[in-house]
Amino acid sequence: MRPQIEFSYGGDASVKRPELNKEISDQEWDDFVYNRKSLRGKHLELWQHISGCRQWIKVERDTATHEIFKTFKADEEVA
Amino acid sequence: MQKYSIFNLVKNAFSNHQNWDLAWKDPEPKEEYDVVIIGGGGHGLATAYYLAKEHNITKVAIIEKGWIGGGNVGRNTTIIRSNYMHDENGLFSEFGMDLWRKMSQDLNYNVMFSPRGIINLAHSDAQMNAYARRGNSMRLNGIDAVLLNREEVKEIIPMADFSENVRFPIFGGLMQPSAGTARHDAVAWGYARQADDMGVDIIQNCEVIGFDVSAGKINGIRTSRGNIKAKKVGLCVAGSTNILAEKLNMTLPIETHLLQACVSEPVKPVLDSVVTFGAGHFYISQSDKGEMVMGGDLDGYNSYAQRGNLPTLQHVLTEGIAMMPFLSKLKMLRTWGGIMDMSMDGSPIIDKTHIDGLYLNCGWCYGGFKATPASGWTFAHTIAQDRVHELNAGYSLNRFNTGHLIDEKGLGTKTWIS
Repeated sequence: MRPQIEFSYGGDASVKRPELNKEISDQEWDDFVYNRKSLRGKHLELWQHISGCRQWIKVERDTATHEIFKTFKADEEVA
Repeated sequence: MQKYSIFNLVKNAFSNHQNWDLAWKDPEPKEEYDVVIIGGGGHGLATAYYLAKEHNITKVAIIEKGWIGGGNVGRNTTIIRSNYMHDENGLFSEFGMDLWRKMSQDLNYNVMFSPRGIINLAHSDAQMNAYARRGNSMRLNGIDAVLLNREEVKEIIPMADFSENVRFPIFGGLMQPSAGTARHDAVAWGYARQADDMGVDIIQNCEVIGFDVSAGKINGIRTSRGNIKAKKVGLCVAGSTNILAEKLNMTLPIETHLLQACVSEPVKPVLDSVVTFGAGHFYISQSDKGEMVMGGDLDGYNSYAQRGNLPTLQHVLTEGIAMMPFLSKLKMLRTWGGIMDMSMDGSPIIDKTHIDGLYLNCGWCYGGFKATPASGWTFAHTIAQDRVHELNAGYSLNRFNTGHLIDEKGLGTKTWIS
């Protein structure tokens, strides 16, 4: 168990960067850069252990209760 | 409607204040309205009031999930200002300042508007230059701004730490003398009472569970108290914007975040202006009751909790004590949190949507309270005329797509790096 202040928030982890080397529409960029679902309840998000090992991780957390369910490696695919 | 006046106060004193009219009714929802406003906060109530007053549209309902004024209009730190650099924000907010100055008379409700001035502290020559630029931009838009040097700031807030060997020595500050505070609950109640008097139905304890949209047009809403038909629907739901947007299959440039504030025990008058210590993520004012009203930054992660965690509060108060050391002697009376609709450029959205008859008012970040009258006024105009007013033309929904962001605070796309 590590204290919250060691971690820094990195936003919604479900957002995917548009694939390069393909035609990318303004709407796709818009969705990647600005538009967010901002779910109430289970939310998959990025955190960095900034005052520790400095690794990025994915965290599944409840945005209404702040309960943390599960953590994943940053490059792990989450179903 | 019974007018609130000294004469009526005396008259009602004879009957022990038992015979005052109810300030607003508690009607059952009707089958159909011309306009339904979702959200009975400051902005929703103001919108309904200006729809009735400025546009003569009175077949209006306000649908509120909880009770009116229970969200951010009851949770803010009551600061009113228009000290913005960019035209979109400056002109909009200054229009609002005029409405604030007239509000108590206009609503026949004492909102205790107190133009006591706001000072943004500067801690370097570079910041003084930046404030000189912002002050000049404000003055070009007709907003009062005064650049204060160190001695002038000391005159106003002698209790701040003016020693040389601090992390952020006070070089000076930018002051907007006409800025100030108001009694936040009175604003909600004043708008509610007048709107109700002009025929608006204020429907509380009524949750919106869905929308009736067909062929790209809004026909009504589904609520916990039945279906309500509506020609036009306006969303004024702040931190709940994304929840309702999801029901409309819309994804918005908004994230909901948590912001805390706190008050100390009441003390004798010590601070007669609003002071912001931006470098330390801290601001402070003193309420009429004597409490020191303090706040700072977001907790920094998506949240709908309406209550915060201690690390942020500790950070805010540490910075506060660094600026005004006497605060360390005070006891904390109360802390609370609210949920903010953080837009991706830090500026709001008041616009039409791709659905005919559906209007959006959101993205107020932590600046919603001061915008209450201007937001209501322009949103009412947008709904009534089905087109944006020039005051809110810059607050368009598609500015993120077209690149016309309002770069007021340089927050950029990452609202959580604040």
